[in-house]
Amino acid sequence: MATTVHEAPKIDFDRLPSQGSGNGGWRDLGPAGGDLRRVKPSSPPPASTGIWVGLAAITMTFAAFTSALIVRQGAAPDWQHFTLPSILYLNSLIIIASSITLEVSRRQIAAFMGSAKTEGTAPARWLYVTLSLGLLFVAGQTFAWLQLRSQGFGLATNVSYSFFYVLTVAHAVHLLGGLGGLVRVIGKLNHSVLRRSTLNATSLYWHFMGVLWLYLLLLLWMKL
Amino acid sequence: MHDMSAHAAQHGAPTSFIRKHVFSLDHKVIGKQYYALALIAAVVGMFLSWLMRIHLGWGNFAIPGLHLLSSTGAPGNVMTPEYYLQLMTMHGTIMVFFVLTTAPFAAFGNFFLPIQTGAEDMPFPHFNMMSFWVTFVAFVVMVAAFFVPDGPSLGGWTQYAPLSAVGAVGGPGQGLGVVLWAASIGIFCIGQLLGSLNFITTTLDMRCKGMSLMRLPLSAWGWFITSMMGLTAFAVLMPACILLILDHVAGTSFFVASNLVINGQILPHSGGSTLLWQHLFWFFGHPEVYIAIVPGMGIVSHVLITNMRRPMLSHRVLIYSMGALAVLSYMVYGHHMFVSGMNPVSAIAFSFPTLVITIPSTIVVLIWLGSLYGSKLRINSASLFSLGFISMFISGGVSGFFLAQPSLDIMLHATYFVVGHFHLVMGVAAMFGIFAGTYFWFPKMTGRMMNETLGRVHFWLSFVGAYCIFMPFHYLGMAGNVRRYQAFTDDYLIPLIPVHKFITVAALVTGFVQLIFIYNLIYSRFKGPVAPSDNPWEGTSLEWSTATPPPHNNFGDKMPVVYHDPYQYSVEGASADYIMQTSPEKLTNPHEEK
Repeated sequence: MATTVHEAPKIDFDRLPSQGSGNGGWRDLGPAGGDLRRVKPSSPPPASTGIWVGLAAITMTFAAFTSALIVRQGAAPDWQHFTLPSILYLNSLIIIASSITLEVSRRQIAAFMGSAKTEGTAPARWLYVTLSLGLLFVAGQTFAWLQLRSQGFGLATNVSYSFFYVLTVAHAVHLLGGLGGLVRVIGKLNHSVLRRSTLNATSLYWHFMGVLWLYLLLLLWMKL
Repeated sequence: MHDMSAHAAQHGAPTSFIRKHVFSLDHKVIGKQYYALALIAAVVGMFLSWLMRIHLGWGNFAIPGLHLLSSTGAPGNVMTPEYYLQLMTMHGTIMVFFVLTTAPFAAFGNFFLPIQTGAEDMPFPHFNMMSFWVTFVAFVVMVAAFFVPDGPSLGGWTQYAPLSAVGAVGGPGQGLGVVLWAASIGIFCIGQLLGSLNFITTTLDMRCKGMSLMRLPLSAWGWFITSMMGLTAFAVLMPACILLILDHVAGTSFFVASNLVINGQILPHSGGSTLLWQHLFWFFGHPEVYIAIVPGMGIVSHVLITNMRRPMLSHRVLIYSMGALAVLSYMVYGHHMFVSGMNPVSAIAFSFPTLVITIPSTIVVLIWLGSLYGSKLRINSASLFSLGFISMFISGGVSGFFLAQPSLDIMLHATYFVVGHFHLVMGVAAMFGIFAGTYFWFPKMTGRMMNETLGRVHFWLSFVGAYCIFMPFHYLGMAGNVRRYQAFTDDYLIPLIPVHKFITVAALVTGFVQLIFIYNLIYSRFKGPVAPSDNPWEGTSLEWSTATPPPHNNFGDKMPVVYHDPYQYSVEGASADYIMQTSPEKLTNPHEEK
């Protein structure tokens, strides 16, 4: 979906310290007459750091699930191997494609910001494509769960199925957060001010969701 | 100071009551909300411990009105064995999560971390507000377990599987009670993750002009290090809680082994690993000890420096030691599992870092003691509780040397020796850190002073009382008194009952002493003398350079600029006894570590 705008870009790509998020978002540590040794001239906006902190927490959560899977598999001989629903592989292609479209979108927006156009097509098209692909991925995961369930393999059928459901649902819940982030970016692009740090943080989160899914798929493929 | 008047905080000062006092985005209000929640939780937790202690001293004593709390758990107002265990579970859970984590870390950290870093607020104020209210919901869910038919869980604050995972067949509270427990803790984890996200980002990205990391006060370092532990530890406990809930409500078999028979009933689960829960829980559980105590280390260091009028022997080594404690805390968790039947080689692998972790602990203590030696310490309620913190940390830490060795731990693990150890080093020490912070920062938080005489009475009675309660626990443990027993009927335990009675009396008296503190807190909040200045303790860090109480954006129209390391007291050649971090005065011989 394309949107036509007739005004200056609603993108704040180099926010000044005085334009305020918290303490300005950008810490100005330049000399001020005193001894300011060992300080950097500036720091990144909090969203840039915050997203890495958030990803660290998510990594720890899935590391805990992974270690639980490995320990539980070795704890008893009741582990049942099964073939993963084939739609998961299609879903993998979809989430990879969504990362590509988001990256295209991010670069277009950056170029649009740099060009300082006053009118033209806002580069939101690929964001909508990414959003659609994300929804398609969630629909595909739902299809996989329903398919397994229709075959009689539920959450408690065997612990291997339990881990399949837990890991894929946990990933989907986190991915829904990414979809929410995309909706927020689109909303800000269309209706208010979009900060570059917000766009970058959302992109990073989405790419991480893709990488996390590929890791989970590999883990499930190896262990189930 | 440079003009930052254009720095209107991203959220303006609220005008409605709801936005100002309930769903506030202001980190200071959120800090106070956390403090109030912790205070309520502490009263509940202490009340539960009183009930348990009365039962342990006088087993058949009818506690008036107890049946109102649970008609099945206390028929005739006399506690059943199961109900004792339920109270024990709730006491431990509420104190560890909702007091020892929320007060020193979330409450004081929320209020003072942005101010000490020179920020207007946390970078993600909506997440910060959610953090508190999610924690509040977690507390409500936890307490709700008292009002469900079978009452709360009886599995202890560690909720060991398989008992915690088998459902109602495991005993009163093991059905819905455990589900509520796990749901509450899972929700609590979300709250703390949101809080940690804000704390870390505030420290890294929101510091004001001139504020390098090493110029942060030790209290800020304590919260920063704790937030990194919280981020990684709670992120592991949350999935563990999800798996536990699924074992209950979905019939999965993560933690329940095959062919388990409980109360004559074969359970339908298969192949679950009981040790898996212990691994997941203690990977969180041991760092949690430091999540409770490291903020206290930072707070008491900050308080003591202000009252000693000189910095610690080494600012940097103290920071590095607290960081080492945080890192090592993840490597030692297996020492809680020495009696789980683990491979002796694994026990040695966990024993070694457990002994190693005593090194940074000892360094921290030696820096405190070395810095105190020869200082002209100003004696007040805050500095007394800081000294009490050190005393409790040493006393509880020394018993840790014994427990770090598998051969001794196997004998002592299930006894009162461990109860005495962790109550001193984690519980009482952390509480003393909370008290020190309260007496010290109360003027800044409220604009009024607490009553000093009542504060000192509170300290001395609490100090003596705490030792009267918890030192005899070590004796009981060495005498073989098993913990978690609700009655002592074996021949070898009967002679120990008088000791339990003594502890119970001490616990009741020490508990009542806390009413002095609560009275002082509430009275001083409304009627206490107005703080004589914005800086009544003559401190140097940024919280003392702003108005009292601080304005909505912390520093008004002028944002601070920092020129010095945090603790410039008694500097040779300086114009005053203390030089604020914001003072542009050139110091010829400042306290700085290269």
